[in-house]
Amino acid sequence: MENEILFKDSKEYKLLIIAIIIVLLIVGFVLGNAKGSMEVSIQRIFEVMLNDDGSPERMVVWNIRLPRMILAALAGVNLALAGAVLQGVMNNPLADPGIIGISSGAGLFGIFILVVLPQYQALVPIAAFFGAMLAAVIIYILAWKGGIQPIRVILAGVAVSALFGAGISGTLVFYSDRVHGALTFMNGSLSARSWPEVQTILPYTVIGLVLVIIFSQKLNILILGDDVARGLGLNVEAVRLSFTALAAFLAASAVSVVGLLGFVGLIVPHSIRLLIGNDYRYMFPASALLGAVLVMFSDTFARTILSPTEIPVGIVMAVLGAPFFLYLLRR
Amino acid sequence: MDKRFVLKINDLSISYKDVKVIEHIDLEIEEGKIYSIIGPNGSGKTTLMRAISRSLKPKTGQVLLEDTNIFKMNTKEAARKMAILCQNNHTMSDVTVKNLVQYGRFAHKEWWRGSNSEDSKIVEWAIKTTSLEALQNRKINTLSGGERQRAWLAMSIAQKPKILLLDEPTTFLDIAHQLEIMELVSHLNREEGITIVMVLHDINHAARYSDELIVIKNKKIFKKGTPWAILEDNVLREVFGVETEITRDKETNKPIFYARKVV
Repeated sequence: MENEILFKDSKEYKLLIIAIIIVLLIVGFVLGNAKGSMEVSIQRIFEVMLNDDGSPERMVVWNIRLPRMILAALAGVNLALAGAVLQGVMNNPLADPGIIGISSGAGLFGIFILVVLPQYQALVPIAAFFGAMLAAVIIYILAWKGGIQPIRVILAGVAVSALFGAGISGTLVFYSDRVHGALTFMNGSLSARSWPEVQTILPYTVIGLVLVIIFSQKLNILILGDDVARGLGLNVEAVRLSFTALAAFLAASAVSVVGLLGFVGLIVPHSIRLLIGNDYRYMFPASALLGAVLVMFSDTFARTILSPTEIPVGIVMAVLGAPFFLYLLRR
Repeated sequence: MDKRFVLKINDLSISYKDVKVIEHIDLEIEEGKIYSIIGPNGSGKTTLMRAISRSLKPKTGQVLLEDTNIFKMNTKEAARKMAILCQNNHTMSDVTVKNLVQYGRFAHKEWWRGSNSEDSKIVEWAIKTTSLEALQNRKINTLSGGERQRAWLAMSIAQKPKILLLDEPTTFLDIAHQLEIMELVSHLNREEGITIVMVLHDINHAARYSDELIVIKNKKIFKKGTPWAILEDNVLREVFGVETEITRDKETNKPIFYARKVV
């Protein structure tokens, strides 16, 4: 029967996939808290999480691993959502905050505050947001030719990324005496992050997640094409601008706490698209969850594989991401 | 009865950068009629359609939809009165036919509320009118060209517009599917009273299905009139540069045109 809904296209299937990702999220969370130089049993994790018994396990779980896992999850959510949004508004499946320079824009402005004006450290997320927006605006200007041209988005994005990347390197060279941990920033790292960083990013994640889910239907209409969307009554320019700002907001907040963590925004929305299709009403929640899962697992891996040495999680992501990117190009 | 004009275009000019694409166009579209815009490639047909549908901002002049300037209208308000079937419907979306048709109700909804029973009735009607019942759960990127065009048309009519704009709705279709779309458009005009303005390449289709033809040449309206008036009057020879032969269709009494050779 032509009219039968295939199971793969049904709502139940999409919800099943989302449920599986939630299970993975829980597994990743427990694993991340259990593994490391000090192994903590599952039962102990929950015991020490709930009450402060002064034990070394409590120390390790509460002060180090738990906030780090939460931060990994939140950064993953933000980057995955930023990627999902950008792919829609820029009409390009390869748009990812890392690849097209949104993250480097955020990074440059963030680093500039950190090393040149360290007394204003609290302004880093805001500066990062302006950097990300600036990058987005430049990409639009360069890529616009009677509409958003997908190829031009990538070309302009790569150029913008290189430009801001050079700015970051330049800043680091000029202020080499002040850049402790700048290397981990460049590669993206979760090491030594704790509750203050969680507090920084959490409001962004909550606001961003709520907004993208509420307005997901508008993005569904936007990807039909500008003229079609306008004909349907969508204010195309306003929707594109606000979603871009939202993506910049999400990416910038992630960059300000974990540095330039690439590829999450590329791999996650694509995997979700392959699994459950293009409907943003499902894609957003599913991407958010898978983003959290991916960064949590990658960080646990980065932390434990060469223990006691820690690899920046960004390197793990790049090792995963680069082949995936090539696979997408070849497809 | 007085003539009612749903759409009025006054002194419309459009430029891309410094190049003029259409110049000083005046046009009145009467309610309930079918109009076809014909003209050679590059004469400005699609530009005119894009200006009417608010995708291009005119340099001078205005487009009035029921006496209101379309650029002073809220986008949703305009979409409740006017729907557009665009020429190139490439999309990365893998939406199902039914969901696509539901998007047609977007302009009638506020963002916080879902579909109500009126919306579902209209969606059902749009799917039935375009004979897509059997395909409504298929994804649009799995449909054939003709089916897909019907799906986009279903989306447009779910807007319940007073006026429907179609930009070359049949260009990439085979002959059977071309007729199918033309019959559908004609049906929508007769049964639902929707005013139709379309750009067509096929002059015989334009002559057969339209009340009036609008001929565009060199960025301007060359002539406007009934199919017989346009086809008999050597207009096509001047506009397209072809020698023509005109006969009468026995059944519809409409003119049929045959291009003998390039002048």
